Amino acid sequence: MNKGLLYPDAGGLYCPAGDFWIDPLKPVPRAIITHAHADHARSGNAEVFAAAPGIPVLNHRVGGADAITACDYGQPFELGQARVTLFPAGHILGSATVRIETDDDSWGVSGDFKRAPDPTCAPFQPFDCDTWVTECTFGLPIYRWQPTAEVIDEILAWWTSCREAGRPAVLFCYALGKAQRVLAELQGRAEGPVWLHGAMQPLTDCYRDQGLNLIDTRPVSSADKGYKFAGDLVMAPPSAAGSPWMRRFPKHSAGFVSGWMRVRGNRRRRGYDRGFVLSDHADWPALVNTTADMGARRVITIHGNGEALSGYLREQGLDSESWNLRQSLAA
Amino acid sequence: MKRFAALFDRLDRTTATNAKLAALVDYFDNTPPADAAWAVRFLIGRRLKRLVNTRELREWTVAASGLPAWLVEDSYEHVGDLAETMHLLLPEPPAHELSPPLHELVAKQIQPLRQLDDDTRKDQVMALWSRMAGTERFLLNKILTGGFRVGVSKRLVTRALAEVAGVDSSLIAHRLMGRWQATPEFFQRLVAPASEEDFDLATPYPFFLASPLAEDPNSLGTPANWQAEWKWDGIRAQLIRRGGQTFVWSRGEELMEGRFPEVEAAAEGLPDGSVLDGEIMAWHAGQPLPFAVLQKRIGRKKPGPKTLKDAPVAFLAYDCLEHNGKDQRDRPLLERMSALDGVLATANGLLRSEAIKFNEWEALPELQAQSRERGVEGIMLKRLDSPYQIGRKRGDWWKWKVEPYTFDGVLIYAQPGHGRRSGLFTDYTFAVHDGKQLVPVAKAYSGLTQAEIDRLDRWIRAHTLERFGPVRSVEPLQVFELAFEGIQASPRHKSGIAMRFPRIHRWREDLAVSDADSLSDLKKLLPDSAA
Repeated sequence: MNKGLLYPDAGGLYCPAGDFWIDPLKPVPRAIITHAHADHARSGNAEVFAAAPGIPVLNHRVGGADAITACDYGQPFELGQARVTLFPAGHILGSATVRIETDDDSWGVSGDFKRAPDPTCAPFQPFDCDTWVTECTFGLPIYRWQPTAEVIDEILAWWTSCREAGRPAVLFCYALGKAQRVLAELQGRAEGPVWLHGAMQPLTDCYRDQGLNLIDTRPVSSADKGYKFAGDLVMAPPSAAGSPWMRRFPKHSAGFVSGWMRVRGNRRRRGYDRGFVLSDHADWPALVNTTADMGARRVITIHGNGEALSGYLREQGLDSESWNLRQSLAA
Repeated sequence: MKRFAALFDRLDRTTATNAKLAALVDYFDNTPPADAAWAVRFLIGRRLKRLVNTRELREWTVAASGLPAWLVEDSYEHVGDLAETMHLLLPEPPAHELSPPLHELVAKQIQPLRQLDDDTRKDQVMALWSRMAGTERFLLNKILTGGFRVGVSKRLVTRALAEVAGVDSSLIAHRLMGRWQATPEFFQRLVAPASEEDFDLATPYPFFLASPLAEDPNSLGTPANWQAEWKWDGIRAQLIRRGGQTFVWSRGEELMEGRFPEVEAAAEGLPDGSVLDGEIMAWHAGQPLPFAVLQKRIGRKKPGPKTLKDAPVAFLAYDCLEHNGKDQRDRPLLERMSALDGVLATANGLLRSEAIKFNEWEALPELQAQSRERGVEGIMLKRLDSPYQIGRKRGDWWKWKVEPYTFDGVLIYAQPGHGRRSGLFTDYTFAVHDGKQLVPVAKAYSGLTQAEIDRLDRWIRAHTLERFGPVRSVEPLQVFELAFEGIQASPRHKSGIAMRFPRIHRWREDLAVSDADSLSDLKKLLPDSAA
């Protein structure tokens, strides 16, 4: 495993040529962080490199590192013997993929990425590399996304039916990325305000501060005591489901926006009334097509059901294997 | 089909019982009887006779999706429901055609599949797949695979039909029992006002089910108001004698024709117009035999002379639901008991489950403690003035079971569950020590909270040793306390023992693997080893 340009270490990937880690889960001297989600960004790194549009959110999520370097997309920089370039990943605001080049090798590493358009971030930009290290959170062919507009139609229809029934519509989704994407999609298609859970407010402010056009929002905490939110749309992170906080929304209907909602059992088990299949990750066709777009001869799958995608790519004639980054934490 | 799909979506998009009830009433009120009859049939879980086998369905999914077979299997393992997996893998049809009404789809396209040769059957199903989309195609697959659990109970469907018909839900429950065809005439009868010609001879009454007694029997008030009976460990059954014919029904509403010839023969002595509730028990020389003996009879459609001799059964009657052709269910238990004595007088060979005499609650625990030696599961407590109700209604009938056996076992294998538990490792295999080895002794699926299931699922993923298809072997580190009802020697199992109804009691994180029980500990519990 030591022979390549990168190998699993500290829960992320280590590049000996440049002496840096990508998305380490343990503190390291020098880290490139692809985006601010907790399974990629942890605090305690001495030196951090990240895409410029992602810095405010990253600072909010993991606090300041000793030294953060804001990198522009598409601008190569040197780390040790390696030349590093960040490209837009299309996952959330400021998310990046990483190209690492030496004289005789080039790798591309995705943190998380998607190919569907997203008004809150720059679209994924393919680039050539010899080895493509791809996420595969949704690495099974059952995961195929419908067009975003159709999902937004479904959410609006649900909100309307809740309004007609005088019930609050509580929409759960991840507080960073998905929430703001939904707010941006709703802008111009619905009348605000949308009520936000406290965990979503500061992140949403980060997005607005960078000039993104989101539907009008208000914190739930600013509502009058005893206000019933009848017919209103409320957004909250999944951790709020089933918590005492939910008592503020009597008779609510609960929806969840996530790629996982593609499977009925996932929704039923969590007790959501409605599941809206909208993901910030690549679906199966996008995972497969992106490997072709990157022109890589070798594909390494990380983060998810890697065996299935690797096996499928091998049958398509590519060199492919699956790496478990978590295992490197135990070592 | 469009209407049925819309009903499914409405039911699927709420967890509130009242909203589901409203959706069902709406549907039954506004749907032609021919379609509604099929909807009733599917919603209460009555399957069609097998139309296609699942191997064929998987092969056709491979063909239609263009994916390798192993990837279809991986997907199925992840989704945990074949009908849904197929639905998620099939390509979207180019144009969405108007689908036929439900009854037409079932009668003209789905039911005939059984008679077709393999190639034509494949063409027919692939053609359906290419014409249908969304919920309609998902439901088509559900009908093809047979299982139809959609989050509504039979009771809820019954309530909705009662509301539509404007009759008591007990009458609907009764009309839904027994044999019927999903015809428009049936649906019209189902939602018709009460009438004399409601039932045919074979129609059973809905069973009344006891609830587990969680508190001390003292809490039930005066002992003189209660009857105690042994709780038999057999098959709950309803024995009908009407019009010179005998019908034996299981609690699962299966007509057990010909399976228990000795019970049917004994029933010939019953007066016409008698319906008894009771238990079919493995029985010999006035004594119950272990449930394992009865298991030799379950599933035997036509037992031969050897089976009849090796595993003799008897019917133990404990209630009389119909006497001289009159429904007795509204009469108090005490009166039904005397009716029972009356009808049993002429039926030699049918046994009476006698009441246990007791004067005060303090006497019961000691009797209850004798349950295991007597070969019963515990004690039933029934209020003497109680009517015979429908389903599980708390208050009048209680079951007070003996404490189960328990042992501490080590988790060694895990497998993903199905339906609601799909994608989570919820099917576990547990082992005990046998010398230096761990030998599997029990599989269990229930007993953990959702939070524990989620935590254990993550643990299993992080501690997998090997994969065998969907099954993972895990590091033998976690100890669980398991409960079970009985134990039998079994040459078919590697451990040499088989347990009845094992389930998880507690996750014993306080115990080390060395603290788990050994096979010899368990073998001490075998019925023979006491001798």
